[in-house]
Amino acid sequence: MSEALRELAAYIETRRTDAVISTSVAFGELCVHIQPAHLEEFVEFLRDDATCRFSSLVDITAIDYPERPERFDVVYHFLSMYQNHRIRVKLSVDEDAVVPSIHSLHPSANWFEREVFDMFGLLFSGHPDLRRLLTDYGFRGHPLRKDFPTTGYTEVRYDEVQKRVIYEPVSLVQEYRQFDFMSPWEGGKYILPGDEKKV
Amino acid sequence: MMDGDIRRNAYDDGSQDLLTGEQKIRNFNINFGPQHPAAHGVLRLVLELDGEIVERCDPHIGLLHRGTEKLMESRTYLQNLPYFDRLDYVAPMNQEHAWCLAIERLTGVTVPRRASLIRVLYSEIGRILSHLLNVTTQAMDVGALTPPLWGFEEREKLMVFYERASGARLHAAYFRPGGVHQDLTPSLIDDIEAWTQTFPNVLADLHTLLTENRIFKQRNADIGVVSEKDISDWGFSGVMVRGSGLAWDLRRSQPYECYDEMEFNIPVGKNGDCYDRYLCRMAEMEESIRIIRQCLTKLRAEPGEVLARGKITPPSRGDMKTSMEALIHHFKLYTEGFHVPAGEVYAAVEAPKGEFGVYLVADGTNKPYRAKLRAPGFLHLQAMDYICKGHQLADVSAIIGTMDIVFGEVDR
Repeated sequence: MSEALRELAAYIETRRTDAVISTSVAFGELCVHIQPAHLEEFVEFLRDDATCRFSSLVDITAIDYPERPERFDVVYHFLSMYQNHRIRVKLSVDEDAVVPSIHSLHPSANWFEREVFDMFGLLFSGHPDLRRLLTDYGFRGHPLRKDFPTTGYTEVRYDEVQKRVIYEPVSLVQEYRQFDFMSPWEGGKYILPGDEKKV
Repeated sequence: MMDGDIRRNAYDDGSQDLLTGEQKIRNFNINFGPQHPAAHGVLRLVLELDGEIVERCDPHIGLLHRGTEKLMESRTYLQNLPYFDRLDYVAPMNQEHAWCLAIERLTGVTVPRRASLIRVLYSEIGRILSHLLNVTTQAMDVGALTPPLWGFEEREKLMVFYERASGARLHAAYFRPGGVHQDLTPSLIDDIEAWTQTFPNVLADLHTLLTENRIFKQRNADIGVVSEKDISDWGFSGVMVRGSGLAWDLRRSQPYECYDEMEFNIPVGKNGDCYDRYLCRMAEMEESIRIIRQCLTKLRAEPGEVLARGKITPPSRGDMKTSMEALIHHFKLYTEGFHVPAGEVYAAVEAPKGEFGVYLVADGTNKPYRAKLRAPGFLHLQAMDYICKGHQLADVSAIIGTMDIVFGEVDR
């Protein structure tokens, strides 16, 4: 299985040298890192090339790494029902980057890109209808960014006096509990309060 | 000519009556849902109608959005498992399966043989649960009341099997990373066997109600036709693919667990319309019965462990009474949880509705760094606008029905 994937990786790399940054095969899956600028052309190659034939778009998502200068990884999964293999395509972009939309190549990218925009705030150029998808009408912020608190900023309730649903800032009765599970024996790289050494 | 006639008069010299604003015909926009019995949950469709013909269909989703993916980032791997029951709540264990597979691939754990058989057994029970609900409620959407009543009776029996294995009818949390939570009792295996004897009669009854029913056929045949190109364009999976004649099934093409040793056929349709998808689901239930029977025979023959004993699973109760290390392990496992080595993996299963996948990014801690849930219904619903265009308003509910959309997984 992974032998065939390695061959496929080598094939893709030779055919698209300018787009591919690196390829890797891990856990029986092929992952290709590419340049954001070449995305559209690369996806088209994957779809139409007879060896690849990645006909279906399986998934688009993003991962947030706030400590990196190129903050987001946009991750595409493709599946070929004809050749029976899968591929993961990754590209790293920074916060204000505009990712080219692949809506024209795979119409199913429409909602995936809307979801990534909604959840991460990444913009897609050439998308026909980049509205929020899953969050509330009039929602602010991008919930899946690591700096967005899990509790959110607003809460909703029905107000008996005004006879309507109102939005209020979140008020927590108890502090949101985020337990620290890193074992100090396994190399936690932080110092617990009270443990600081005197200089 | 009658009062209030909205036709425009033309005269011999070519001139026409002036139209007032009220007389101008414009398309009619309606809201379908979120409170509509045929919307299968909290779907809000904004439909633009020209008479009875759908011109545009804009699904508004997210009314059941619970932020599962965000919540998962602050919980341990084991605490995240029950969230999967709440995605496609019609067939909960199939979703758990994808999560367990992802963790097992990253940690390199092999599931014991018996656990693997139990997983396949319960995945197929889940498939029947889902198909029964879908086929019968879709029939209700197009006007038949009896099928859901009959189908839900069988669903109830299946959920009793869920309960006897896991303690819960719906939110099972039964599949665990490394196996399944508890072994099945011999009497439960006997009872499932007895059920597989009676269930084909119920299926036959449903067939007599629906398959050759004139109204049912008129409402479903040639409605919502899906072609091979649509499948790849819109990323369909599951019955949406098989209804159009492509024998694509992850259980066969990319086998996981012990599906490769099970004997079953993959039913395919011919025309790719709502009626073929209905027939596919009915045939798949029969195949699931076959797989269930094979699992039961094998389960009787092969007793053994149901959890791979190790870091990611709890020690046995007996060990905990005698071994201090086992007790510490148990305490650490259920407080801190297990750590998953860094890496990323995409694990997919053939859920009843199509390909359900989990993209898991682990960073070596006890919590997932990012988990993306890929629900089949999300892509199917996305194609609503494309498929519904040109159909009548009444067909919209038939199409939603055979797309098999459950909002737990679409909205996440």
